[in-house]
Amino acid sequence: MESWKTNRAVFWVLSLPGSFWLGFFFLTPLALIWILSFGEKTGIITIDITWTLENYIRALEPVYLEVVWKSIWISVLATVLCLALAYPMAFAISFAPGRWKPLLLMAVMLPFWINLLIRTYALIAVLRTRGYVNFTLEWFWEKADAVLTFIGLEQLELIGARFEPLPILYNNFAVIFGLVYVFMPFMVLPLYANIEKLDKSFLEASLDLGAGHWRTLRSVVVPLTMPGIVSGIILVFIPCLGSFLTPDLLGGTNAQMIGNVIERQFKAANDWPFGSALSFLLMYATFGALAIRSVLSGRQSGMEI
Amino acid sequence: MSEAIISIQNVTKRFGSVVAVDDVSFDIRPNEFFALLGPSGCGKTTLLRMISGLEIPSDGTILIDGMDTDGVPPNRRPVNMVFQSYAVFPHMTVLDNVGYGLKVVGTPKPEIEQRAREALEMVQLAELAERMPDQLSGGQRQRVALARALVKRPKVLLLDEPLSALDAKLREQMRLELAKLQESVGITFIIVTHDQDEALSMADRIAVMDGGRVSQIATPEELYESPKTRFVADFIGKVNLLDGEASRGRGNAVTVAVDGIGAFNVEDAEGVEGQVSLAIRPEKLKLSAKKPTGKDVKVQGKVVDLAYYGNASHVFLETTSGISLTANVQNDTRDFDDTLAVGDTTWVSWRATDALLLGG
Repeated sequence: MESWKTNRAVFWVLSLPGSFWLGFFFLTPLALIWILSFGEKTGIITIDITWTLENYIRALEPVYLEVVWKSIWISVLATVLCLALAYPMAFAISFAPGRWKPLLLMAVMLPFWINLLIRTYALIAVLRTRGYVNFTLEWFWEKADAVLTFIGLEQLELIGARFEPLPILYNNFAVIFGLVYVFMPFMVLPLYANIEKLDKSFLEASLDLGAGHWRTLRSVVVPLTMPGIVSGIILVFIPCLGSFLTPDLLGGTNAQMIGNVIERQFKAANDWPFGSALSFLLMYATFGALAIRSVLSGRQSGMEI
Repeated sequence: MSEAIISIQNVTKRFGSVVAVDDVSFDIRPNEFFALLGPSGCGKTTLLRMISGLEIPSDGTILIDGMDTDGVPPNRRPVNMVFQSYAVFPHMTVLDNVGYGLKVVGTPKPEIEQRAREALEMVQLAELAERMPDQLSGGQRQRVALARALVKRPKVLLLDEPLSALDAKLREQMRLELAKLQESVGITFIIVTHDQDEALSMADRIAVMDGGRVSQIATPEELYESPKTRFVADFIGKVNLLDGEASRGRGNAVTVAVDGIGAFNVEDAEGVEGQVSLAIRPEKLKLSAKKPTGKDVKVQGKVVDLAYYGNASHVFLETTSGISLTANVQNDTRDFDDTLAVGDTTWVSWRATDALLLGG
């Protein structure tokens, strides 16, 4: 593909729409936000760009660091859960009979067809105090209670005098549950792509050489699918870190993530400079994570899979 | 049955409605270089994979050194495999690859290192122990796969089309090396191949497979000179097949009448009668300008085409009665070429005993 050098005009024309889009709708707003993060609010709608570092200093106050720290561990937990659930899923799809594969992949991607907001509200209906999870649990409780009454043990109140619904909405659990649910396909798909193109004779060779299935998984499959695992982690962890809709709807008042704080600065608090500074801190943290990742992967030379 | 290191008894393998291996039984002897030969889809690889435990027979029994392998997973069988793609783990050094099979069964570290280095020595890769597989050539990667399997000290080494990914020159060299290696380690090698030259030059015995069944098991010489079926005769080497009508003569002689050539006696035919095939190897045909004297079968033909192979030439002939014959002529002198040309008429003759009767 050297022809772009001889046909410069074609090259430029073809790359123009994309470059324009990227420049106008992505880089320009980003630059504006960056500049704003060095500004000072002087009125309700007026902001002076004074190149102050005040916003960044304020962003490093313990109250915000705490939110950042919480966002990180919630995202880490959600990512780990995604990986734990998606890996066997991707493995199963990859080893499923040929005609099942498209159906199973479709099942993974099906939630994409429904708006995120609607899906999240549906989760509320499932998780709330009078929701489907608690209805199901209550049904089991009633049956158990009936059995206990029947055998004359109701006086001992082994399972409580009455059914206590589980508090599974408006807390950290609900946020993590929602994040895992929303971002699962982003983990399954890169893993599937990687496992699918893995030469199955590596697995057979490992078994043939005396390794059991778990050993094969640990020593051969996981190292060889590391690129897929890393892509999946990045694709899940980064959006988790910046998510605001899921914690906003599913989290309680204290289940706030950094995304919610940023959103509030731009809207309720009307403090754009501070919101911008927080946004950029989040972006720097993401860059940092990516840099660590490339350093780590650079160390494993010869892993061109 | 103590004679057999591997005993295959009535083994059948079905994939859905496809029968890949169809009621196969035979024994493989200790320290034998055994080849499974056949066209693609004949079931040879499936049979090999059933010995390794990577496939499970639908029916029948496989004994390895007297042990019933039913329910024994691949990692508990005293056999190891060299895969067609070599399957050398790309994320491990050569040394780690070779040591892998020892490490996973908990062999002490110093012993792993020592045995892995010995195995690499054996396949002449000692200097490349620290390399990653992507820094190796195909031939070197194959040696890694060999060392990795041999380091386990298996009773039987299974090789799935081991030479198919190598270029022609290297393939020839590896053939000799594999044969030598088999002699030096003194274990049974079972090789799967579709290349008859490979099987003929390396193996002590060959099983020719066709459509999931074994057509014939014999030494290379026997397979070539006394094939039992038309398929084997046709698959191993080149052959002229003539259709004829056999009738019993005196003693164990059989008279065969071939349209356009005539009737002649064939010896040692085990009571075959009726419609038969007559197989004659191309190099058994002699060409001469004058009509040969003596009792040989002779027929006149025209040269239709010539194929020059350097050491030999194939002469494609058509007899006056329209039968196609191929003769293999050794180019044993440098000024040979001007003796024959397309369009020439020549006499073809062969000794009646060089023709082989095949039932069916």
